[in-house]
Amino acid sequence: MSARTHDMGGAPAGPIDRSEPPVTLTEQRVDAMMALLREPPLGLFSTDAMRRAIEDLAPDVYLGSAYYERWCYAMRDLLVETGVLTDAEIADRLAAVQQRFETEGAPP
Amino acid sequence: MTTAHRHDRTHAHAATADHAPPGHEWEFLEIALRELLIEKRVLTAAAIQARIDAVEGATPIQGSRVVARAWVDPAYKARLLADGNAAVAELGYGFDGPKLVALENTPARHHMVVCTLCSCYPKPLLGLSPAWYKSREYRSRAVSEPRAVLAEFGTVLPEDVELRVVDSTADCRYLIIPLRPVGTEGWTETRLVDLVTRDSMIGVAPARTPQTDHGTDV
Repeated sequence: MSARTHDMGGAPAGPIDRSEPPVTLTEQRVDAMMALLREPPLGLFSTDAMRRAIEDLAPDVYLGSAYYERWCYAMRDLLVETGVLTDAEIADRLAAVQQRFETEGAPP
Repeated sequence: MTTAHRHDRTHAHAATADHAPPGHEWEFLEIALRELLIEKRVLTAAAIQARIDAVEGATPIQGSRVVARAWVDPAYKARLLADGNAAVAELGYGFDGPKLVALENTPARHHMVVCTLCSCYPKPLLGLSPAWYKSREYRSRAVSEPRAVLAEFGTVLPEDVELRVVDSTADCRYLIIPLRPVGTEGWTETRLVDLVTRDSMIGVAPARTPQTDHGTDV
């Protein structure tokens, strides 16, 4: 049995990019929301559930995504799993957000 | 927002560009999820911002203070090595949840930390982890060719120094106590704190030496 995608210890890989770009606002928000959803008083899901959601991403998504991008997809999946949001309302809102940017070019 | 910025998505990664348009699909998803969570009163914008501020304020200074204390106080160091969580709590630093294991570098043995499975890191002591710690390259190679990885960080470990790589998990985090630099005999604890870099507590670099202590790297 081969290792799952996240289990990458010992796998061949190239040189380490040691640059430290500043964390973007989007990344900060994902980090903050994930913490607030996970911790008391909300406690919607555990740290282990969050890790499992990240590890369950399709291999091409996992490997092709930035770190907090994976968190964002995992957060979406966990919010649907826990019944906080539905796939349909997320899809609708995502389309609306994209439409808004196309027509207005900026957040409200 | 100027017209010129409207379709210039390269700006999405500027950390301070609060109103730059998203440059990637997932950044729209972040907006959609956040709006829905706020509308449904699951979260508030104020709580999200407060959390961001708290994370931004976290630096490796607490870890540096723990190490400096261990350097000057052998009894404290013994307690830190025996029970990391309790020892950092003595200094007023909360480390709840995962077990905290402190490991001491010696002239004969060096330790470095990785999380091969994800990004586990002693955040309460060191702040947010650097991007490279979470990278595929570091996670993969730290356990298969650690000396080569250390060399990329400018740390060339003599062959006769044993190297132990420790793999963090959700339940166990590591803090490395780097070697106290020579030439710091008689230094105060406060002065020593400045020598204890983040990278030295991850184990990819030694502590600063008195000669290099002019303080721009982290």
